[in-house]
Amino acid sequence: MKEEIIIAGFGGQGVLSMGKILAYSGLMDDKEVTWMPSYGPEQRGGTANVTVILSDEKISSPVLDSYDIVVALNQQSLDKFSPKVKKGGILIYDTNGIHNPPTREDIKIYPIDAMDATMEIGNPKAYNMVVMGALLEAMPYKLPMENVVKGLKKSLPERHHQLIPLNEKAIEKGKKILKEA
Amino acid sequence: MKGNEAVAHAAIRYGCDGYFGYPITPQSEVLETLEALMPWETTGMVVLQAESEVAAINMVYGGAASGKAVMTSSSSPGISLKQEGISYIAGAMLPALILNVMRGGPGLGTIQPSQADYFQATKGGGHGDYHLIVLAPSSVQEMVDFVGLGFDLSFKYRTPAMILADGIVGQMMEKVVLPEQRPRRTDEEVKKQCPWAANGRTDGRKRNVVTSLELESARMEVINHKLQSIYREIKKNETRWEEKNIENSDYLIVAFGSVARICEKARELAAEKGINTGILRPITLWPFPTEAVNKAAEGKKGILVVELNAGQMIEDVRLAVHDNLPVEHFGRLGGIIPSPSEIVDALEQKLVKTK
Amino acid sequence: MGIEDIIKKENKVYSTPVLLDEVDMHYCPGCSHGVVHKLVAEVIHEMGLSDTTIGVSPVGCAVFAYNYIDVDWVEAAHGRAPAVATAIKRLWPEKTVFTYQGDGDMAAIGTAESIHAANRGENIVMIFVNNAIYGMTGGQMAPTTLLGQKTATTPYGRRVDLNGHPLEITNLMAILDGTCYVTRQAVHSPAAARKTKAALKKAFENALAGRGTSVVEVVSTCNSGWKMSPDKANEWMVENMFPKYPLGDLKG
Repeated sequence: MKEEIIIAGFGGQGVLSMGKILAYSGLMDDKEVTWMPSYGPEQRGGTANVTVILSDEKISSPVLDSYDIVVALNQQSLDKFSPKVKKGGILIYDTNGIHNPPTREDIKIYPIDAMDATMEIGNPKAYNMVVMGALLEAMPYKLPMENVVKGLKKSLPERHHQLIPLNEKAIEKGKKILKEA
Repeated sequence: MKGNEAVAHAAIRYGCDGYFGYPITPQSEVLETLEALMPWETTGMVVLQAESEVAAINMVYGGAASGKAVMTSSSSPGISLKQEGISYIAGAMLPALILNVMRGGPGLGTIQPSQADYFQATKGGGHGDYHLIVLAPSSVQEMVDFVGLGFDLSFKYRTPAMILADGIVGQMMEKVVLPEQRPRRTDEEVKKQCPWAANGRTDGRKRNVVTSLELESARMEVINHKLQSIYREIKKNETRWEEKNIENSDYLIVAFGSVARICEKARELAAEKGINTGILRPITLWPFPTEAVNKAAEGKKGILVVELNAGQMIEDVRLAVHDNLPVEHFGRLGGIIPSPSEIVDALEQKLVKTK
Repeated sequence: MGIEDIIKKENKVYSTPVLLDEVDMHYCPGCSHGVVHKLVAEVIHEMGLSDTTIGVSPVGCAVFAYNYIDVDWVEAAHGRAPAVATAIKRLWPEKTVFTYQGDGDMAAIGTAESIHAANRGENIVMIFVNNAIYGMTGGQMAPTTLLGQKTATTPYGRRVDLNGHPLEITNLMAILDGTCYVTRQAVHSPAAARKTKAALKKAFENALAGRGTSVVEVVSTCNSGWKMSPDKANEWMVENMFPKYPLGDLKG
């Protein structure tokens, strides 16, 4: 098993922390993981992306130029990374603000309305966990939910642990909207 | 955890006595993590945010002169500021550990990853004839391991060691196994291990003076010869490197740090195209694995040196192989990280000549 | 009574301090450093700190202080003595650590290190020998050089428009919360030397008690650099230096 994933969007959408939770969840499931952010001024409002690799084997390059799964959360990221999905790979994108949807036919494409789903949950901070739920559902490697919860605990500071049930709920919601996508 | 955070944990667990630093991207997490972990409450380790990189390295000089295991970390522009102090530490034959999480330069440059301080780290850096032991980690695990290795070698040879990391290993998160917590040495153990250190003339011994000054040229030459003989010992005993697929390949890639891992992916991609490559990753950049590179080059059609700079380590590779075969360079500059396929393209264009 | 009868232990009224080595110093005859060294050596010995004191010597004329005073020493880069001392004191909190700095070290190249060590209230003693000139390198302008004073780099006298004002760094140190004792002394007369010794003792006591940073400035002569005889240099100091750098406690 090896999943090479990139999550890309605006700074502030929780892209990096979603990647971190995903990496920690993989770690809790006894996988090799790497988490490689594109860091810098992008953190403050520009584009942000993070490459996460989950694997049974030792991981070589933390930097990639094609991916099994691309999660794009704005038009810029979609334009940049949809050509980089491997043939037969997966593209998940949030339909909000997308005026130029992807057209590739050799990959699986899941348009989701994660913003709308987040509103239903009632806490805008849960946005990235809705997206994470969609990713977990779409990913061929099935990460057990118990290890995702462990990953959440590991990557969130203790003072935010009361938010874990909300995050779980958001992940479930994300899984659900992906099934419907 | 992140490479930078891992260094902080590793330092505490090694039994490091003191860390002195000044914030600079992309390595500020080292100091931040240490301040958050409050090791002064547990192991008794001193952590201090200095007023500048210059002050921080001189604190390291003072701490090392008193026999303690001390370290600092910074990134390229800050490491330039530290060069005076590093030269003094080398000149006074003191053990110390310095981490450089390199960013692109010159000048203020960028905050993105780079390997453009190879020359500075391996050829001296500050003034005078000296070397640092330079370790290049390619994973977060090696960031951890090299804290211990760096301190051990540094004390063994009374020569400062540098971990020359790039922004990729500093900022990347991956799985890491931390070593067991070791107790810090007691003051008595410090005095025993470092009888030369200035920490008070206990038991009526003669005074110790730690200095790099000797105005008498003949005596200064003797000191220099002593340093050179230590460097020869280090070269003989401590050269480290890693090889992959050398025997079954037509081409050799030489790369260090995280770039060597990108090259591994490139090697896989190249193999799919029928191009067989082996990789040699120098782990100690000084001493450079000259003989290993020479041996690995035997029977190869060419060498590609991949670096995040305009061509620095390539000079040591060329010296190692005496121009016996084509040696080409591929590098991205200014903080750009090459993708695996870019490296394959370079291999094809520069050596295989299929493009 | 012959001289042999007089030279007896019980008649001895003065001897070289225990911690001061019986070697020729490299200082010029008439230089204040010798007296300051003697006082430092006496204070450390009398306080019983000989085996627990670490000195940090500067770059400047006092670079070789480690050749004269019999305690452990670390020779710092120019201006960095307070940073070096900070680390030693923090790593060996039960030891006594002092810096010995000149005006270049304290007030020019090492201003940042000096101010910040004092501002952190490091429990160290900073001894500052201010002779208003760079003696070691051949008599160039120091930050504390007086207006009108001739040096190798102000051959026509220091001018405000070209060289700025003399820097009263000790006054700056006195306003910092980290300092507990800041004083300005001299060693041109036995009485002044006695006062300086008392000030040094107080400073070392503060360090032992962990009260914060103590700064002892010694306004000094550099008769070679000033191109004067030693007694003329003393007179010049009293007439010109003391008005700008008046003696006395600034704090504590």
